[in-house]
Amino acid sequence: MRDILNAKLGRRGVLGAGLAGASMLAMPSVLRAQEKSLKVGVYGGYFKDSFDKNIFPDFTKATGIAIESVAEPTGEAWLVQLEQAAKAGAAPADVSMMSQVAMLKGQSTKLWAPLDAAKLPNSKNLIDHFVNKYPDGKIAGIGAVSWYITLVTNTQVYKEAPTSWAALWDKANADKLGLLALVSNSFLLEVTAKTFMGGTKALDTDEGILKALEKLAEVKPNVRLWYRDEAQFEQALKSGEIPMGQYYHDVTGLAASQGSPVRSTFPKEGGIQDSGCWALSRASKKSEEAHTFINYMCQPAIQATLSRKVGTSPTVKRDLLDLTAAEFASVSSDIEPIIPRYDLYQTKSDFLNQKWTEMIAG
Amino acid sequence: MRREPPQRLADYGPLFFPAGMLTVFFVVPFATMIAVSFFQREQGGFYTAAFVFDNYARFLSLFFGKVLGFSLFLAVAVAVACVVIGIPFTYLLSRSPRKIQIVWLVALLSILSLSEVMIGFAWSTLFSRTAGITNLFVWLGLMVQPQALTPSFGAVMTAMTYQAFPYTVLVLYPALVRLDPTLTEAARTLGASPVKAFFTVVVPALRNTILATLIMVFIFALGSYLLPQLLGRPQHWTLSVLITDQAIYQSNMPFAAAMAVFLVLVSLALVGLALYAGQQRQAK
Repeated sequence: MRDILNAKLGRRGVLGAGLAGASMLAMPSVLRAQEKSLKVGVYGGYFKDSFDKNIFPDFTKATGIAIESVAEPTGEAWLVQLEQAAKAGAAPADVSMMSQVAMLKGQSTKLWAPLDAAKLPNSKNLIDHFVNKYPDGKIAGIGAVSWYITLVTNTQVYKEAPTSWAALWDKANADKLGLLALVSNSFLLEVTAKTFMGGTKALDTDEGILKALEKLAEVKPNVRLWYRDEAQFEQALKSGEIPMGQYYHDVTGLAASQGSPVRSTFPKEGGIQDSGCWALSRASKKSEEAHTFINYMCQPAIQATLSRKVGTSPTVKRDLLDLTAAEFASVSSDIEPIIPRYDLYQTKSDFLNQKWTEMIAG
Repeated sequence: MRREPPQRLADYGPLFFPAGMLTVFFVVPFATMIAVSFFQREQGGFYTAAFVFDNYARFLSLFFGKVLGFSLFLAVAVAVACVVIGIPFTYLLSRSPRKIQIVWLVALLSILSLSEVMIGFAWSTLFSRTAGITNLFVWLGLMVQPQALTPSFGAVMTAMTYQAFPYTVLVLYPALVRLDPTLTEAARTLGASPVKAFFTVVVPALRNTILATLIMVFIFALGSYLLPQLLGRPQHWTLSVLITDQAIYQSNMPFAAAMAVFLVLVSLALVGLALYAGQQRQAK
């Protein structure tokens, strides 16, 4: 043992080892140069499967860039991982789909590499509010897809679809609801404000927020499950164990089309519209490929495919799309949506989180 | 063979590897966590290196006090439940034929291969209204209609006890197997009933093992965050759930770190207290 530890390491040995090590490190980049590739982060599960099946192969065929899709967690977990990795100069994914709250947080730390508008000619197809910009006007992210969170019900338990978010407050629904557990992904404050306080402007002041929380506290006896894990609610909704709640319109539609007794309803106050952006990590070295990818995704034809195959709502202007009225209605609604107050989750996130947690757990 | 005390530095060699692992995988991360807990939270961003007490100040409130209190209570309750069920069970197991012992031990060990997620989902199905055990009770005529048993404190307790039970048995088993059977036989000859012999001979003889088991299950249960979430109402969420919320969903690392440090300190203090109390009793 001793001899091995004390074996003399000659100068030549060190050089040899160094050379071997260096060439091993260099090898992957040699391989990469032959085949262009891009690591793209999309929400794991249904989203990733749909993209892998319906979108990425066509992109590779059109551009020759191979896509390695990475399953990312929802919420801000992925943002934290990207941020920590970027500090170390690594990018677990080059381009990621980020929700608005995460997008804005990343913008505040300059996590996203600014995108070059000249390399993204198709971005002019987008509805304006789906382009995220830095204060200096540089593009931080480009709308990938948007989706709705709506009022969902089990059709066997509720023969009639509810028409208003006010159903959540109905005393007849005691212990029957499943709602998202966090202030920053349930957007229930906005729902409360729109339903009972005349609009989300009511949340401008702290007093308004506290009033909305007070009103929202009235739903607590109706809530059976405050969920973080989507699968848990989806399964309970399908079985009728928890027959009402808020959930994603696209996934609910998919479940219904596969025969589950569930329905998604746009309440008269509107569904909650959230959206995901394509954003490029500043640690990524694949800027060219990333621009090609994002530009490709902004084409109306691709957005229409996304609506048809994935069930997401398009981020490009309605008149550029060849979606039929029925196809459009299945992924979106003409009822004016409830747009989350993303600004609040930036400026007052700790206040909101504290009051929210005290409200539901207190 | 006489064991010589280490003379030179090289004699301490065998210690370097474990010490190194402990440093890399425990001391460094824990130190990082303590450092981060003093950092300045940037709302809407991440954090900047600083030395502030804000994160601890935010934690010192009635609300978080209650959550901490509940977490400790839950962990103690699970530890006690495990030991109360575990001792008679393991005692009977250690007195049963070899073959039966093996079957039981293999079954218990296989529980360890289940992830917390699977255990959580399995119990939430078992406790559900639509597919749960109450349907069986209705069929047997014990209940009028099926009802949901989750979310509730009982559901959280049941699942956590179930999860920690194999560890309890594994710690108690060797001690109970090694326990001299003539002790209980002597007690029986002197006229004690089996139950009395169990409580006056077996339990006191195992005092240290029981204390060790309690502490182990307590620590194990304190870190649980998935089962309270899956099976409990928000008032049954433990501090670990809130730590996860802060770290993962609010990207508020400094506050999450401060809460975690607090939790570690409180649990260390409680363990220390338990060990001290045990020693005091032994000294008497």
